[in-house]
Amino acid sequence: MWLWLLGVFILTLKISMVLGFLLLLAAWLVLVERKLLGRFQARIGPNRAGIYGLLQPVADGIKLLAKEDFMPADAERGIFRFAPAIVASTAILTFAVVPFGTPFTIGGKEIPMVISDINVGLLYVLALTSLSVYGVALGGWASNSKYALLGGIRGAAQMISYELALGLSIVPVVMLAGSFSLVDIVNAQAGLPFILVQPLAFVIFFLSVMAESKRIPFDLPEAESELGAGYHLEYSGMRFGLFFLGEYVQMQVLGALIAVFFLGGWRGPLLPGPVWLVIKIIAVVLVMIWIRATLPRFRYDQLMELGWKFLVPAALLNIVITGVIVLI
Amino acid sequence: MSNIFQIIWALGNGFYTTLKHLFRRPFTEEYPEFKRPLPPRTRARIILTSDPDGRERCVACYLCSGICPVDCISMQSAEDENGRRYAKWFRINFSRCIYCGLCEEACPTSAIQLTPDFEFTRRDILDLVYEKEDLQVAHGGKDPDYNFYAHAGVATRFAGKGEHMGEEKPVDVKTNLP
Repeated sequence: MWLWLLGVFILTLKISMVLGFLLLLAAWLVLVERKLLGRFQARIGPNRAGIYGLLQPVADGIKLLAKEDFMPADAERGIFRFAPAIVASTAILTFAVVPFGTPFTIGGKEIPMVISDINVGLLYVLALTSLSVYGVALGGWASNSKYALLGGIRGAAQMISYELALGLSIVPVVMLAGSFSLVDIVNAQAGLPFILVQPLAFVIFFLSVMAESKRIPFDLPEAESELGAGYHLEYSGMRFGLFFLGEYVQMQVLGALIAVFFLGGWRGPLLPGPVWLVIKIIAVVLVMIWIRATLPRFRYDQLMELGWKFLVPAALLNIVITGVIVLI
Repeated sequence: MSNIFQIIWALGNGFYTTLKHLFRRPFTEEYPEFKRPLPPRTRARIILTSDPDGRERCVACYLCSGICPVDCISMQSAEDENGRRYAKWFRINFSRCIYCGLCEEACPTSAIQLTPDFEFTRRDILDLVYEKEDLQVAHGGKDPDYNFYAHAGVATRFAGKGEHMGEEKPVDVKTNLP
């Protein structure tokens, strides 16, 4: 009984630490992104709230909470309220299977440094990224606004197209690791991170997750210049904040997934596991910000062409090649 | 195949360009700490200027009030004991003013002028209604030497230019050459 309670306590501790870290980092990633984008454009970026603008996320949070929660008159009320929660919660839930260190033992009981080591962890991750499409599509549809609807439709089309390349690009990694569990995939990279073994899979996966997270240059669902704000056009206050939070948590999740699948997860010399994972996540996120500062948005046909004519065939080819090599 | 190399080169060049900018000094001028000196003809807060003799230039002709596209200028004209017109009261509602400068162009006496001072926001909108005592200044603004009432007149059969009662000597126009 006591051991069971201890287990619950440790699990709660792990969940709250991961969750708190995730949400706090998401808030400050917004600041990092705004600062860096500013410097990329020879501007300064936010620097008024606190020194170097460090309190800007706090100010933004207070502003979002204090804003009016507006709902269009003919919106589908239930779905309109529910959609932001889907986006935010699917993004957060993905972190449940990400391993962040070596297991350690307290009192003869081994505590794994992962919230939940599901043996089909990878399928769980793919399922959750697919679910987050619903947040975008339903949010756009329930707003009863043409721009939001167009954004939602674009989001659904884009994410379904890139889901395929995303799933296929991971297959060679699974072949090499011999397991769907994220813990086993990280353990399989003890010698060599998969980015060196599977550079093509890395490129395909990186492009697909960029498209999944709806970031520039794949930000067609929220294309400011064409659709106002796309699927979250009618959202305000903390409901918009949830979409925003979901986007930045998703950035971290994608950073973590890239770290787990290709960069060796928490493995690294000298520093402890969680630190290495955070370093890798932030490195991926910085590259994403760099890409955002450099590339313009794709045209819709270019987006579809890249997804269906380049990424999917390349991923299939990669699977065949990897399969042949693994067989030999 | 060369097309692919072209694409990769273009991408790399783009990323290199943005990376270069990351290490540049920002161009930003941070406003409350750094105030860019504005040109003297910048159009912002309106003033009523005075003659070189220190008298009000405004003759309450209503031209500024008439041309104002947003009707933010209002006044009441009056005459003093010498028959010189002046504004009994003069009011500009800066919450309406669009700083177009038409009043300055219309003014025959160069009395109403726009200044580069734009930092006069108020919390209460009624504080933006400026009365004559808020507008009147003791200097001549952009035209410090101009005096509407100093006139040289024309030659008549009684006297030559500038020889009538109260007239000034005519200006030698050649002194106006640059």
